Amino acid sequence: MAVFLELLVNGISVGAVYALIALGFVVIFKATEVVNFTHASLLLAGGYVIARLHPLIGFWAALAAGIAAAALVGALVEFLILRRAHVGSRGVLAIVTIGVDILLTTELTRQIGTEVLALGDPWGDRVLHLGPVTIAETRVVALAVAAALIVAFLLAFKFTGWGVAMRATAEDAETAALMGVRLGRVSLSAWAVAGALAAVAALFLCVFPTPGLDRGTAAAAMKAFPAAILGGLDSTTGALAGGLIVGVTETLMSGYQSELAFLGRGIGDAAPFLVMIVILLLRPSGLFGTKEPARV
Amino acid sequence: MSEPVSEPVSEPTSEAATPVRDTPTTATSTTATPTAGTPAPGASRPLLAVPGITARTLRLVLWLAVVAVAVAVPFYLEGFWLQAGLFAMSAAIGAIGINLLTGATGQLSLGHAFFLAVGAYSYVYLSTDLGLPTPLAAVAAVIVAGLCGGVFSPIAGRLKGAYLGIATLALIFVGQHILFNAEPVTGGFNGRPVPPMELFGLVFADTPELVVLNVPFGSLERLWFLGIALLAGVAVFARGVLRGRPGLAMNTIRDHEIAAGVMGVPVARYRAGVFVLSSMYGGLAGVLVALVFQQVVPDYFGMLLSLDYLAMIVIGGLGSVAGAVAGAAFVSLLPQLLTRYSDALPLVAEPGSGGVSPAEAARILYGAAVVAVVLFLPGGLAGLATRLGRVRLKELRWAKSAPAPASRR
Repeated sequence: MAVFLELLVNGISVGAVYALIALGFVVIFKATEVVNFTHASLLLAGGYVIARLHPLIGFWAALAAGIAAAALVGALVEFLILRRAHVGSRGVLAIVTIGVDILLTTELTRQIGTEVLALGDPWGDRVLHLGPVTIAETRVVALAVAAALIVAFLLAFKFTGWGVAMRATAEDAETAALMGVRLGRVSLSAWAVAGALAAVAALFLCVFPTPGLDRGTAAAAMKAFPAAILGGLDSTTGALAGGLIVGVTETLMSGYQSELAFLGRGIGDAAPFLVMIVILLLRPSGLFGTKEPARV
Repeated sequence: MSEPVSEPVSEPTSEAATPVRDTPTTATSTTATPTAGTPAPGASRPLLAVPGITARTLRLVLWLAVVAVAVAVPFYLEGFWLQAGLFAMSAAIGAIGINLLTGATGQLSLGHAFFLAVGAYSYVYLSTDLGLPTPLAAVAAVIVAGLCGGVFSPIAGRLKGAYLGIATLALIFVGQHILFNAEPVTGGFNGRPVPPMELFGLVFADTPELVVLNVPFGSLERLWFLGIALLAGVAVFARGVLRGRPGLAMNTIRDHEIAAGVMGVPVARYRAGVFVLSSMYGGLAGVLVALVFQQVVPDYFGMLLSLDYLAMIVIGGLGSVAGAVAGAAFVSLLPQLLTRYSDALPLVAEPGSGGVSPAEAARILYGAAVVAVVLFLPGGLAGLATRLGRVRLKELRWAKSAPAPASRR
């Protein structure tokens, strides 16, 4: 039972981190209708900046720099490329983001090389004992930070002018523009916010018990894609639910790997995708996604 | 992918408004400008006005030249080029498949590498373990790839565009999991050796020795012709699909799903069908790549391969066969060329020496190419060729002062 509880808490914590990534993904999709495949490399960029700067300027400043850098990269991608690509379909824009992703990921993995970079976080490998459950401090912090950020984001989304502009754009971009919402700023800020969230997620993907930032981190970030789509690409609630589902599934499957030996080694990595397929079979637009009303 | 601008043939002044707007064809357009003011259309281009040379014969001659070069290549070039060419052919087959899906129907797929893996591994399994004759195993492998696409079709038919792109990520991750773990079938991490193809008594391997016109014909030389034949076959088939009713239906689904439905196109069935077709193309590409590699390893069929295929069709041009082939050649030859000439190129270092390795340089180049093509060259390489060709053809048409059939893309 203790094992199960431990795994569950860990899963929820990992899931909260995935939810952060998925949230950024959903925000970009809502604001611009672009499926952003650059997300994994935004995350990698944030993590890389933190890893390189923390020995020089200390962890907290490095974290701030990493968040700023990822937000900047996101904003630049939007400003320099997507805004200037005048193509008919959003699908082509998705492929453009893949091109950008190839560029960024190749360069960043080249910089990282075969190293495993520590992020210099203050929590180290300390663990907390809560009754029978032992859990790493980093996981508790991850859960708390992710929860706080998500709540803050949702509140901003609901109550600030920026949030209203964002929601209006998601609802009907043309009308929003006529009402004086500046679409360029909305999508720019969406990309920046998504980058910032991804950088925070990068931190928690790379701290204990994970060894650190390496070239595989981008692949880990890929697991947020099923989180976003199984929750519904246009739903922030969906991103949260999807993140938690993916995190818990992955952690449980990896935790009980020895009992699930018939499924092969490393089933934890494939499990989120299997869950996504099952959910998409039942609900093609995700758990909380808007169903398109068109019926012919 | 702009449609041909229909030009009134009798009005030469419209040359100034030819669709050369933003293409780097200034050289052609400047040479063409003097004709703009000439009233008599036939008088301006004596070279092209040779009687009997129509656009059709010109195209025929071009194709004959292409075939002649393709046949001559194994007699003159060394193994490295043949292997590079074979990779490009296999990539072209796969790229045609994914262009049917992504370019023509607007359905994004990141799972193409999975279908290549299915094709390659099925071929190995069916021919080695089940003892099927190799040609039969190859055909069966393509069918198995199609079946796998069919199994995925409940999702492929219902999801659209980029949604499907994310859903097909599952194929990559689940596929990799299976490839690494189903060791009895896939050989696990180290993969399996690929038995050479044997067709009508001809073995596509280095032994038994075969010498044609004083040139030793090893496996690469033999496979070259197999590759050419396969590529030509599937290219013609895809062209037929794109130019016929299915192609129109697919384009309509891409451009306006609801309109397609209203006009009676069974949208979901088409999406699923194209997905199956595209996965069969992927399977065939997998078989060919396995034959060239002579060993299948799971690592090759990962996420990066899928991204390569998307890069190919964007660079080459979405929705056309020629585009897929051009893009495949670009993306698959680039790393090979950079590797070969790495010591002569600035900024590119030997692999493992710490600098930008050729493979990385190639990835960076074509990542940038994808972005640049979308920003500056909508229609890709094929679109560029069509625009250039259209200018030429128009001159020709004037010279003949009779309309020639304009190419659709």
